[in-house]
Amino acid sequence: MINAVGRDIPEEVMAATGRDIFRGTYVNDNKEYTKAAPTVRAVCDPKRSKMVASIREAIEKCGLKDGSTVSFHHHFREGDYIVNMVMTEIHEMGLKDITVCASSLGKAHDAIVPFIEDGTITSIYSSGVRGKIGEAISNGKLKNIAVMYSHGGRVRAIEEGRIHIDAAFIGAPTADEYGNLRANGGKSNCGVLSYAYADAQYADKVVAITDTLVPFPNIPASISMVNVDYVCVVDEIGNPNKIATGAAKPTTDLRKLLMAQYCTDFVVAAPYYKDGFVYQTGVGGASIASTIYLAEKMRKDNIHMSLGLGGIATPMVRLMEEGLIGKLVDTQDFDLGAVESIQAHPDRHIEITGSEYANPMNKGAYVNKLDYVILAALEVDTHFNCNVITDSTGLITGAQGGHPDTAAGAKCTIVISPLVQGRSPAVCTDVTTVTTPGETVDVVITDYGIAVNPARPDLMEAAKNCGAPLYTIEELRDIAYSIVGEPRKIKFGEKVVGIVEARDGTIIDVVRQMQEYVFDD
Amino acid sequence: MELLHAASAGTMESSDALVTVSPAENGISLSITSPVIHQYGEQIKKVVLERLEALEVKNAEITVVDKGALDCTLKARVEGAVFRACDAADAGIPWGGAVK
Repeated sequence: MINAVGRDIPEEVMAATGRDIFRGTYVNDNKEYTKAAPTVRAVCDPKRSKMVASIREAIEKCGLKDGSTVSFHHHFREGDYIVNMVMTEIHEMGLKDITVCASSLGKAHDAIVPFIEDGTITSIYSSGVRGKIGEAISNGKLKNIAVMYSHGGRVRAIEEGRIHIDAAFIGAPTADEYGNLRANGGKSNCGVLSYAYADAQYADKVVAITDTLVPFPNIPASISMVNVDYVCVVDEIGNPNKIATGAAKPTTDLRKLLMAQYCTDFVVAAPYYKDGFVYQTGVGGASIASTIYLAEKMRKDNIHMSLGLGGIATPMVRLMEEGLIGKLVDTQDFDLGAVESIQAHPDRHIEITGSEYANPMNKGAYVNKLDYVILAALEVDTHFNCNVITDSTGLITGAQGGHPDTAAGAKCTIVISPLVQGRSPAVCTDVTTVTTPGETVDVVITDYGIAVNPARPDLMEAAKNCGAPLYTIEELRDIAYSIVGEPRKIKFGEKVVGIVEARDGTIIDVVRQMQEYVFDD
Repeated sequence: MELLHAASAGTMESSDALVTVSPAENGISLSITSPVIHQYGEQIKKVVLERLEALEVKNAEITVVDKGALDCTLKARVEGAVFRACDAADAGIPWGGAVK
């Protein structure tokens, strides 16, 4: 069936995954539903300890069996040890058909690929995958169809009961023996535990894994003891150098600086640039450069941001410290400056849950309050659809993250990308994989100029006045093709290896198995 | 042109290509790897074969390790490798002729 972004979703994939096709970003507004609930085992005897001696003991006490679902958070980013430790133990116990429900998976988890190949893991839900897991899925090695959801979509899936987590394994930089978990104060600090909150609330069993056991009470806690069944101490939960790196050096790439300037000039010309605006940006070179340019304008114009949202990095922290940003509302810390800031500024730098951030089916998330979001994309097409997960060979190598959530929520969604990267045109006729629907993307900014979605005539005035060269999206594509040539479509195999879930759990696109390229003759 | 020995031109940097040519007996054998092979494989092949034809190379084994090079870069790398393989890189380049 053809969905609202024109993708043909095979009916057998809809049947196999039990999902409808994507019918539009806002079709569920006002929908009533009943949330799921976990099965809880009460702790009313004060003498009972929650401490377990090993991950093995925790898994046994959780009663995991073949077919169980386990969950993980990704706040330790590429420094995470938790997923590999738990999955290795599950593998050694001989369990099969396990579903891994992660907020995201990356190269740190290459070690679980053999467990995909031998049937220990047969389903994966994740924001995205990189590294060898991406290769394994793209090459058809996972038994079931992988599901890639956004950060908000994941919380929705858990809260709706679409995914039921049997046991959540929550890596915690500090924990007390009763399961109060904090993201700071330990050896491997990650700043916040936002994405683990839904797991703690909705999983039947919750296991805290820490390398720093601290005296009771470890408060204020990101995850409360009322939701934690067991506490396990291990030597190391992660590699601190890969969890929170030093701040990225400001880019000197002239293309990125030019895009940053176009982006800021547009933001300032657009109608939402006024005192108290709400803003989110990423951590790419151009995004950080835009933040720095924007700060110069804000100082000059005496305009302040009331709230900076989302994944936080040092440049946004500095603006808050300078008083240009009122509050930082944080779901993930991308560097050491952000981790330090949330400890230093508890009044102004606030941890929120994944649901508060981006869940489309709660009673209103922070993304809905965004004036601007600045996003990157691998590809954006003439329908303004974006691809953030598959590369030029068809390999799954990225994650949705909050891309579709923030795009849907923001009054002005800006996608920023160099017009060509290597030989790949960033603006094309049709993206390989749709992750973010074009109806939620308003402006595309490249190093050659900018284009406004014709669905947003109200932004044309700003685009004309901002000083950046203004094109139609088709013209931008034609410039790209004039440099690199018109690309052929990637040839995939027949087998569907993954679905891209829209925020509401419908199928916005499928990813098929990769195929070796064969020349025409 | 007759290739005298193996030679290469280019780098493995992004947006470049490493082109290696060596003498062969029976026509042209071509191997291409590229991160954009699905989108531009045929175009890369066309550019390389056209260059070889323009330089009148009839027999060669040629390997292109493409890193997303544009056509102009590919052309230059093929020419560079061929002229080096013919010991013509210092003096014998037909500027304005086969090389424009």
